[in-house]
Amino acid sequence: MLDFDLMLRIYPFFLQAAWVTIQLSILTTILGLICGSLGAAARLSRHGYLRMIGATYVSLFRGTPALIQLFLLYFGGPQVGIQLDAFEAGVIGLGVNIGAYMTETMRGSIIAIDKGQAEAARTLGLSSYQAFRNVVLPQALRLMIRPLGVNINALIKGTALVAAISVVELTYTAQRYIGSTYKPFEMFLLSGLLYMVIIYVVGKGITYLDRKVRLT
Amino acid sequence: MGLDFSVVPGWMDTILLGVVWTIAITVSAAALSFVGGILLAVIALYAPWIVRQPFRLFAWLFMGTPLLLQLFLIYFGLIQIGIDLPAFVAGVVGLGLHFAVYNSELIQTAIIAVDTGQMEAARTLGLSRTQALRKVVVPQAVRDVIPPIGNNMIALLKDSALVSVIGVTELTLSAQLAIGRTYRPFEFYLVAAVCYYVINLGMEAVLRRIERRIALSR
Repeated sequence: MLDFDLMLRIYPFFLQAAWVTIQLSILTTILGLICGSLGAAARLSRHGYLRMIGATYVSLFRGTPALIQLFLLYFGGPQVGIQLDAFEAGVIGLGVNIGAYMTETMRGSIIAIDKGQAEAARTLGLSSYQAFRNVVLPQALRLMIRPLGVNINALIKGTALVAAISVVELTYTAQRYIGSTYKPFEMFLLSGLLYMVIIYVVGKGITYLDRKVRLT
Repeated sequence: MGLDFSVVPGWMDTILLGVVWTIAITVSAAALSFVGGILLAVIALYAPWIVRQPFRLFAWLFMGTPLLLQLFLIYFGLIQIGIDLPAFVAGVVGLGLHFAVYNSELIQTAIIAVDTGQMEAARTLGLSRTQALRKVVVPQAVRDVIPPIGNNMIALLKDSALVSVIGVTELTLSAQLAIGRTYRPFEFYLVAAVCYYVINLGMEAVLRRIERRIALSR
């Protein structure tokens, strides 16, 4: 049966690790949103070369495994003059990776807004920037909360990858205690429950935000 | 330190063998996730309550936790209860079950969306409930859901890199073997990335063909 004594003894280490996972998730989300906004802006630009850069970014980062990107940055980086500690590499690697997915989410929400909206705004004398900023974007932002929530959900689970570059977060901690205690189910339960709590809370937050912008 | 790609050709055999294993894992896990997804969907929708609940718990656990953690659980957990699976099998089972849960969500929605008239018509024609499900409802639902399942399979290809951590010598671990000998991480991870990208393009092309064929068959 499950060894509850052991679980009670070591759960504080898992709480500490969960805090690292939360920090990773928050920083990655922020970086992902920045990369996603830039990527979406590039993909919707009127300049062909910017559209190409945006499309290449999305294609390369969505077309290769996040784990390989992370390894390339962390282990390969020093060869090209990029020295990062594991945590920094984790945030940058995962953030730029999820940014490619967020680019598509944001672009999708923006082009889903009816063209007539921008045209009507232009007819009323707004500049194309004003039309985008004041008419299209506010509507698109509402549309993108839910799908961005899906991206963030994937990102939180994706932070487990940094265990492979020895960042002491939840999965790394579980792995280490599986190795030292030979109790994989107990360690899975402890870390799995903490992941689910984090994902549950974030999911609630997204639903709240989504409902709030829908009412206004 | 600089970059030096001249060491790469000597290791191409290892890398290409890794490519073969990555494709083998992806195809096996995809097949498992497809069949498993259909079974899970039918159980979730039609099985009696007492059977349904454990499966719902299973799905909930698998959707809420990282794949990497699940791989550790399956690999080390099965050893603990006396089942010593080869790493390859553990990797296929882990990836396959993980994506079966995601596929099952898609298939459930599709089964519900297949018109109830289809089930009624099949029953009127004398088919049993199981026969109607197997021959009428599920095939139509599966056809509708092929494109999103295809997206899951592309995600599966990329996630197959994770099985390197439990010691399956696929593309990622092959690159690591080469790096262990040559100390050239940038070069070999880049080569691995290119290989994944090419496999990815190939998979997308195959999926597009399948989608076109389905669109025609409608």
